[in-house]
Amino acid sequence: MENTINVNLKIWRQRSPKDKGQFKTYRVENVSTGSSFLEMLDMLNQQLVVAGEEPVVFDNDCREGICGMCSLYINGHPHGPVQGITTCQLHMRKFNNEDTITIEPWRSAAFPVIRDLMVDRNAFDKIQQAGGYVSFNCGGAPDANATPISKVVADEAMDSATCIGCGACVAACKNGSAMLFVSAKVSQFALLPQGQVERARRARAMVMKMDELGFGNCTNTGACEAECPKNISISNIARLNREFIKAKFQD
Amino acid sequence: MADIKNLEGMIDSTPIMKDYADIESANLPENQIDSKIPEGPIADKWTNYKAHQKLVNPANKRNLDIIVVGTGLAGASAASTLGELGFNVLNFCIQDSPRRAHSIAAQGGINAAKAYQNDGDSVYRLFYDTVKGGDFRSREANVYRLAEVSNNIIDQCVAQGVPFAREYGGLLANRSFGGAQVSRTFYAKGQTGQQLLLGAYSSLNRQIQKGTVKSYNRREMLDVVLIEDENGVKRARGIIVRNLVTGEIERYAAHAVVLATGGYGRTFFLSTNAMGCNGSAAVQAFKKGAYLSNIAFTQIHPTCIPVHGEDQSKLTLMSESLRNDGRIWVPKKKEDAEAIRAGKLKPTDIPDEDRDFYLERRYPAFGNLCPRDIASRAAKERCDAGYGVGTGNAVYLDFKYAIERLGEDVVRDRYGNLFDMYEMISDDNPYKTPMQIFPASHYTMGGIWVDYELQTSIKGLFAIGECNFSDHGANRLGASALMQGLADGYFVLPYTIQNYLSDQIKVPHFQTNTKEFAEAEAGVKARIEKLMNIKGTKSPDEIHKQLGRVMWDLVGMGRTLKSIVKALDEVEKVTKVFYSDLKVVGSANDLNTELEKALRLEDFLVMAKMMAIDALNRNESCGAHFREEYQTPDGEALRNDEDYMYVSCWKYTGANEKPVLLKEPLKYEAIKVQVRNYKS
Repeated sequence: MENTINVNLKIWRQRSPKDKGQFKTYRVENVSTGSSFLEMLDMLNQQLVVAGEEPVVFDNDCREGICGMCSLYINGHPHGPVQGITTCQLHMRKFNNEDTITIEPWRSAAFPVIRDLMVDRNAFDKIQQAGGYVSFNCGGAPDANATPISKVVADEAMDSATCIGCGACVAACKNGSAMLFVSAKVSQFALLPQGQVERARRARAMVMKMDELGFGNCTNTGACEAECPKNISISNIARLNREFIKAKFQD
Repeated sequence: MADIKNLEGMIDSTPIMKDYADIESANLPENQIDSKIPEGPIADKWTNYKAHQKLVNPANKRNLDIIVVGTGLAGASAASTLGELGFNVLNFCIQDSPRRAHSIAAQGGINAAKAYQNDGDSVYRLFYDTVKGGDFRSREANVYRLAEVSNNIIDQCVAQGVPFAREYGGLLANRSFGGAQVSRTFYAKGQTGQQLLLGAYSSLNRQIQKGTVKSYNRREMLDVVLIEDENGVKRARGIIVRNLVTGEIERYAAHAVVLATGGYGRTFFLSTNAMGCNGSAAVQAFKKGAYLSNIAFTQIHPTCIPVHGEDQSKLTLMSESLRNDGRIWVPKKKEDAEAIRAGKLKPTDIPDEDRDFYLERRYPAFGNLCPRDIASRAAKERCDAGYGVGTGNAVYLDFKYAIERLGEDVVRDRYGNLFDMYEMISDDNPYKTPMQIFPASHYTMGGIWVDYELQTSIKGLFAIGECNFSDHGANRLGASALMQGLADGYFVLPYTIQNYLSDQIKVPHFQTNTKEFAEAEAGVKARIEKLMNIKGTKSPDEIHKQLGRVMWDLVGMGRTLKSIVKALDEVEKVTKVFYSDLKVVGSANDLNTELEKALRLEDFLVMAKMMAIDALNRNESCGAHFREEYQTPDGEALRNDEDYMYVSCWKYTGANEKPVLLKEPLKYEAIKVQVRNYKS
C-alpha cells in the first residue's frame, strides 16, 4: 500500500504581469507518496474549485519530462530539490509528512509572469528564430547516409540537442543568463556537418538576439548546469564562447 | 435506448444500429464517398498524381493564406513547408511554444524503408506490414504513398541536423519495432519524437523569421468558419479561436484550413497523451459537416507504467523499443502470482521454468515484438485469468536476460533514459528487478475522414497526422505515427493542397467582418456562456474521470454488445451531469484553465458517444477493436471481411439527432487479404 502525507504549501499568487503578487498558504492532506508533485497540485486545485476559488495556474502538459512546459521553482530550486528531472517527474515520496513547500514561478526579467506560476517564455522562441536552424528547403536533401558522422560526434550533438527549452537555466542563474540554452543549440549544429555552412552566422545571430531580449551575462557560476533537468553540460557554454569569438574574427 | 436485459445472448447489433444509421439517406447522391484514389498500379499512383495535379505558381502563392492548426510533427512540418513554398501561413497552437506539441513525447523511433540493414526491407514490405498491422482496414493507396515517402523523411531530418543514432562507422543505426521482421526504425536515443519535432520546429522558426509563417501561441480553435462561394459550395475559410491568456475570442481568415490537432485518446481520461491533448477540433469539424471515421479504433499501448491510484492524472509510456531486449512474462503458477501480489514473493524469486513468457509462447514468430493490439490483449487475458502481478493489473518486462547477454553497459546505452524515467515514477530499479507494465490508451487510429488528397468532406478543410483516420487501419504499428505525421506535413499536403488552391487564386484575401464570422463567434460565445452559467458542483476533471472510467471499462481493450450499449447509456448519464452540475470558476473573459478543460470535455463527450456508436456498428473484431463475441477458439480477433471491409464515415445531423453512417468500401488490389498471423 502507498503511504500518504500531509503538506503545507506556500504558493506565489499573482493576477497579472503588473500585479505585485504575494505568497498564500494552503494545506493538502492525504497525498499519496506515489503521486507526482503536479498531481498534488491538482488535488489542491480541486479543493480550491470546490470552495469556489480560482485554481493556482501553472504550465504543464506532457507530464513525462519532455515537453518543457512545467516550470516551478520549488524550495529554492528550479524543478525542485531532485537533480536531473523536471517538475512533473518529481514525486511526493521525496517529501516528508507535514513539510512546508514553497512554490514560485521562474523569476527572470526576460520571463514575465502571466499569472501565478505561469510565465511567458516567448523570448526563447525568438532566439531560435534568429538562427537556430539549418537553412534548407524541404525536398532537396541528399541520401541520409551520404555523409557519415562519427558516433562520438553524433552522441555529443544528441546530448546538446536534448535541451527541452524549459528555462530552468535562466531561473537558476543569478544574472538571468540564457547562455546554457543558446549554447546547447549552437553546439548541436556546430558539431554536425549539416550545421557548418551557417556556423558563424548562427552563433552571432543567436547571441545578439539573446542580449537584445534582456537576458543577463554569464559569470560561470555553473548554477544552470546543476539545475538543468536534462543535465546539459556547461562545456556547451565554452563552445559557444569559442564559436562567438571565431565569428567575430570573421567580421 | 434498448433495454440491456433483453440483449442477453443477442450478438447482432443491427437492430439497435437502426437507431443510429439512417441507411436510406446514406444512399443519396450527396452522401456518396469519393476517396479520389488515382488510377494505375499502386506503385505509380502517387507519381501519376503529382505529374498531373494542378499547381500554383510562385507569384500566386504569395496571395493565398493557409491556416494550420497545431504544431506537432504534422502541423509544424506542413506549416514550414507551405511557408518555404511561398504561401502565407497562420500557425496556431495551444501551448506556450510550437516546440511543446505532444509529438515531442514519442520515444522509440520512426520507420522508413531505407533497407540500410540489407535485411530484405523495401517500400512494398513496409506498405505490406502496415496494412497487415492495421488488420486490413486502412486505405491501400494512402499506405503505399506513406511507405514511398518514408525514405525522404529520413533524408530531410538528417539534413536538418537531427542527431539520429549512428554506428561506429558513421552510418545510421536501426532497431526493430513490433509487427516487422526487419530493422527499419531510426531513432535518437529514447527521444526520437523530440528530435524530429525540434527539427520541424527549427524549419518553422526559419519561416517565422522570414515572415512567411505567423505563429499564434496559447490559442485554441473553437470553430471552423464556412463561407459559401458563388456556386453555393461551402468552403472552409477561417477559424474562431480563444486566446488562452486574455480569454478574448479572435477571428482568423484564410483560403484553406488545415487541422493537425492530434488524437482523442484522452476520452479515457487516463492515457499517455499530454494533459492538453483533445479531440475538439475534430468535433468542431464534425459539426460543420466533416465525417468522423473508424472512431472505435483506439490504440491501447501494451507497455505503460501501471495505474497507482485515484489521484493519478496521466500514464507514462515505456517505449516499444524495450521489447527488442526485454522479455514479457507472468508467473506460470497462480499461487506464485498471488504471493507476489501479497508481497510475499519477489519477481526475482521465481525461477525461469516457472515463468510464462506468454507472447513467446503464443506468437513464436514475432514473440515479444508482436503488434500492440495483440500484446495488450494478451496482457489483459493473463491478468483477467488471475496471473497479474502488482495490483493484479500488471505484467513483467524483464531485462535480466538482456543484461546477461549484452552486459549492463550496453543495456544502459540503449535504454538508460527510459530506465531512469521508470525508476523515478515507480521507485524500482529495472536493472535489478523487472519493470511492471500494463496497457493504456495511447493513440487513436480513427479520426476525421479524408480523401487521398487529405481533404475532408468539407471543401478547403484538410486534416493531417493523428487527427485523420487514413493510414493505420484498425491498429498502428510502432514508430509509424512519426512517419505519418511527417509524411503528411512535409511530402503530401504541400502537393495536394495546391490541387485545391489552384482555382482559388483569384479569390481575394478574406475579411473577418463578414456575417459568417460574426455568427460563428456568437455561437462560440453562447457556448461558453452556457457552460459558465450551469453553476453546479462538479469540476470538469471530476466529470472527465467519470467519463474515462465508463469508456475504459466498457469500450476499452475488450468490448461486447452489452458493454457498448451500457456505455451509451452511461455516457448519456455523464453528459446529463455535465450540463446540469458542471462548475466552472473564474470568468470567461480571462485566463481560465477550468473553462479550457470544460470546453474540451464537452467535446470528449461527443467523441465518447461516437466511439461507442462506431464500436456497436462494427460486428467483428479487427486490430484494436476487439468485440469479444467475435474471436477464434484460441482468442484471436475474428474479422468479417464480407460485411465490414469498409471505412465507417459518420455524418453529423444535429445535436440530438442520430448520425448517418456512410461507407467507403476498401479494395485491396496490391495485397492479398488474409488472416493476420504472427505465430509462424
